[in-house]
Amino acid sequence: MSTATADELTEVTAPTRFWDRQRRLGAALVLIGLVATVVFGAVAASETARFTLSEDAEGAAFSINGQFGAILFGVVTVAAGATLLAGVARRWQTALLGIGIVGFVLSFLCWQVAGKFLPLVDTASGTLELALPLILGALAGVLGERSGVVNVAIEGQFLMGAFFAALIGTMATSVWVGLVSAAVGGLIIAAMLAVLAIRYLVDQVVVGIVLNLLALGVTGFLYERLMQPDAQRYNTPPQMPTWRIPGLADIPVIGPVLFDTNFLVWLALLLVVAVHIGLSRTRWGLRTRAVGEHPTAADTVGIRVRGLRYLNVLVGGLIAGAGGAYFTLVATGSFTKNMTSGAGFIALAALIFGRWTPFGALGAALFFGFAQKLATYLSAVGSPVPSQFLNMLPYLATIIAVAGLVGRVRAPAADGQPYVGR
Amino acid sequence: MTATTEKPAETRQPESFVAVFLRNLWSANTVTVTVLSIVLALVIGAILIIVSDPDVLATFSYFTARPSDAFTASWDVVSEAYGNLFKGAVFDPEATTFRAAITPISETLTYAAPLVFTGLSVAIAFRGGLFNIGGQGQAVIGCITAAIAGFALPLPIVVHLLVALLAGLLGGALWGFIPGILKARTGAHEVITTIMLNYIAGLFLTWLILQPGVQDPGRTDAISKTVDSSAQLASFGGALRVNLGIVLAVLVTAGVAWLLNRSAFGFELRAVGANPAAARTAGISVARTYTLLMVVAGGLAGLGGATQVLGTAHALTPAVAGNIGFDGLLVALLGRNRPWGTLLAAVLFGALRAGGNRMQSFSGISLELVTVLQALIVIFIAAPALVKAIFHLRAARAARLGTSMAKGW
Repeated sequence: MSTATADELTEVTAPTRFWDRQRRLGAALVLIGLVATVVFGAVAASETARFTLSEDAEGAAFSINGQFGAILFGVVTVAAGATLLAGVARRWQTALLGIGIVGFVLSFLCWQVAGKFLPLVDTASGTLELALPLILGALAGVLGERSGVVNVAIEGQFLMGAFFAALIGTMATSVWVGLVSAAVGGLIIAAMLAVLAIRYLVDQVVVGIVLNLLALGVTGFLYERLMQPDAQRYNTPPQMPTWRIPGLADIPVIGPVLFDTNFLVWLALLLVVAVHIGLSRTRWGLRTRAVGEHPTAADTVGIRVRGLRYLNVLVGGLIAGAGGAYFTLVATGSFTKNMTSGAGFIALAALIFGRWTPFGALGAALFFGFAQKLATYLSAVGSPVPSQFLNMLPYLATIIAVAGLVGRVRAPAADGQPYVGR
Repeated sequence: MTATTEKPAETRQPESFVAVFLRNLWSANTVTVTVLSIVLALVIGAILIIVSDPDVLATFSYFTARPSDAFTASWDVVSEAYGNLFKGAVFDPEATTFRAAITPISETLTYAAPLVFTGLSVAIAFRGGLFNIGGQGQAVIGCITAAIAGFALPLPIVVHLLVALLAGLLGGALWGFIPGILKARTGAHEVITTIMLNYIAGLFLTWLILQPGVQDPGRTDAISKTVDSSAQLASFGGALRVNLGIVLAVLVTAGVAWLLNRSAFGFELRAVGANPAAARTAGISVARTYTLLMVVAGGLAGLGGATQVLGTAHALTPAVAGNIGFDGLLVALLGRNRPWGTLLAAVLFGALRAGGNRMQSFSGISLELVTVLQALIVIFIAAPALVKAIFHLRAARAARLGTSMAKGW
C-alpha cells in the first residue's frame, strides 16, 4: 500500500508488539480450528464420507466417518495454530498456516460429505476449469501492476475477449482464429487503458471502471444488434477440443485433470511459469520491477518507463483476452450479455491475494476456483450451507489479506502512479 | 494527434467582448470540454449504430457508385434513433395531452434521483481523497434495509417513510464504515475493499431474497414482499412515475454542498484530501476523518438505494439496485466532484436512460448504447487533454480540469 496508515504518518519507531503477525495468525487458526472441532463436529452426521475417484459412489479412494473426520481435522488446525502461538522458527510459519487452513477445509468437507460422496477427479478438474480465466486475468494484472499500471479493466478485457472469440470464431468457423481474436479483443481494451493512463495521465482506477462499462455496453449492444437476430451466423463458435496425452492421462486424479484437457489450460499454466521466470530471471523482468517500484530511478539509469509500461499492459491485454475466450470457447457455446458477471474482479482479487506474483496468483485462482466448484457441489447435494456464502469467499479472503489481519500484502510501490517524465 | 499550435498574433488593442467570449468559448474550460465530450460520444455512438445495421451497411457496398444512398440511409437511422432519445428524455412534440408532454421529463427525473445520491457519495469521498467504488454495494445494502423497514414495520404513514429512508441511510453507512475503519486502522486500500464489498453485498442480497419472511409468499421466484404503501415515496400524480425522491435528492445536494463548503467536517475532509500529512500536522485526525467520510459516503449511497426501492422498485429483486452505484461513479466524475455539478450530471444520465428506453422500443436500438454513450462521455471528461487535442482547443487560463487523482493502490 502506497498510502501509509493514517496513524503511521508521524510514527518514527514501531514498538515490537506482543501480537505480532505470527501470534495473530496462530490465534486466528486456533479460533477457526475450535469452530471446526466444536460446530462442524457437533452437526456432522456420524456416517461415512467418501472421496471417490470415479463419477459414482463406487471406488472410494478415501473414506472416513464424517463426525470423526470433522473433529480430527479441526484438532489438526487447533494444533497448528497453537504451535504458531507458542512461537516456532519463522521458516515453519507458512507450512503451519497451510496445514491449519487445509485442516479447516477438510473438517468442513467431512461434515458436508458425511453420508455422501465427493468425486475427486470431477472436483479437481472443475476447480482448474473455473480457475482458468482467473489465472489468465490475474496474470494480465501481474504484468500491468508490476510495472506500475493498475488494471481494474480485467472484466472488460474478459468480455471483449469472449465476444470476439464468439463473433470471429463463428465467422471463421475456427476455434484457433477465435482464440487469437479473443486476445485481440483484450488488446483493444488494454490499448485504451494504456493510452489513457500512460499518455493522458487519467486516474487508472477510473479508466478501468469506465472501460469495463464501455466493454459491457459495446458487447451488449452488438450482441443485441448482430448476434440475437442471427445467432447461427454470428454466435455459434466451435468449441475448443479436449486433447488427451496417452500414458500421462492414466495417472490417477492428476492425469485426467492435467493431461486430458484443452489447450487453454496448458497455455495458462505455461504462462504462469513463463511470467515467473521472466519477472525474476530476465532483463525485462528486472526492468519491469524497477519501473513498478521506482520509476524515477529506473528512468535515471536509462530504462524507458512509459515504453515498458505500454508493452506490459498490451501483453497483459492479450493474455486477459485469451482468458475471455474461456467463456465462449470452453465453458458455454455462445456469447450472452454480461456473461463474465464479475469474474474479472475475482481475477483482480486473485492477483491481490496472490501478492502480485504469478505463482501466488495461480494459487489464489485455484483456491477461488475450488470455492466456486464447492459451492456448486454443495447446492447440488442440497447442503444447508448457502452457495452464496461460499461464493463470497474470494472477496472476504481478499479483504482479510489487504487489511493485514493475516499477513499484509504489499503492492508495487509505484502501482497506479502515472509517470510524467523528466 | 499532435496539435499544430499556431499562436495567433497578439493584438495590442483592447478586444471586444464578443472576441473575448468566443476565444474563451473555444478553450479547454469545463463547459466546453463537457459539451464537446458529449458531442464526441454521440458521434461514436452514431458510428456504432451505422456499422451494426445490415441495411445501411449494404448501401456502403456500392458507396463509390452512389454515395448519396449511404449518406441518406446513415442519416435516417441515426437521426431516428437520436430523435427518439430526445423525445423520450425531454419533450415529445407530437404529444397531445399535458401528461404525455411531461412524461419524458418525469421519466428523466425518476432515473436521475438515485444517481444523485450515489454520485454525491462518490463525489464527497473524492474530495476527501478517498475513492469510493463501493457505491454499488452500499446502495444494495441500503435497498435491503429500506425495503425490510418498508414491509416489516407497521408504522403510520409519514413516520414509516422516514424510518425506511433512515434504515437505508444506516445500512449504507454501515457498509461504508467497514472500508473506512479498515483504511484508518490498517491502511487497507479502499478501492480494493470496496470492490470486494460490492460483490459480498450482491451475493448477500441474492441469498436474503429467498429466505422465508423476506420472499414474497405468493411467488416462487426471487422477489421480496412489497413495501407498504405508507413507506413508498409518493409519486406526483397519476401515471407519472416521478416521485418525492427527486425532491429529496435536491435537498440532500444542498445539504452536501453545505457540509462540504461550510461545515468544520467539510473543511477537515478537504484538508485531508489535499494533503493528509499536512492535515495531520495541523491537528486533524486523519483516521477519524477517513472513517467518518466513508460513513457519510456510504449513507448517501444507501439513501440512493432506498430511493430506488421505495420510489420505483417497491420490492427487492436480485437486480433491484441496477447499476446505480457504478453509474454514480460516472456521474461524480462528470459533475467534477461538486455537489450541484453532480446533480446536473445525474439529470443528464437520467435523461439518457429515459430516452434510451424510448430509443429501444421505437427504433430498436438496444439500451446498451446508452451505457456506451455514458462511458464514452466520462472517458473524454476524464481525459480533457484528449478532447483538447482532438478539437485543437486553446488552454484555458483557469482550467479546473484535474486530469489525475491517481494515488495508486
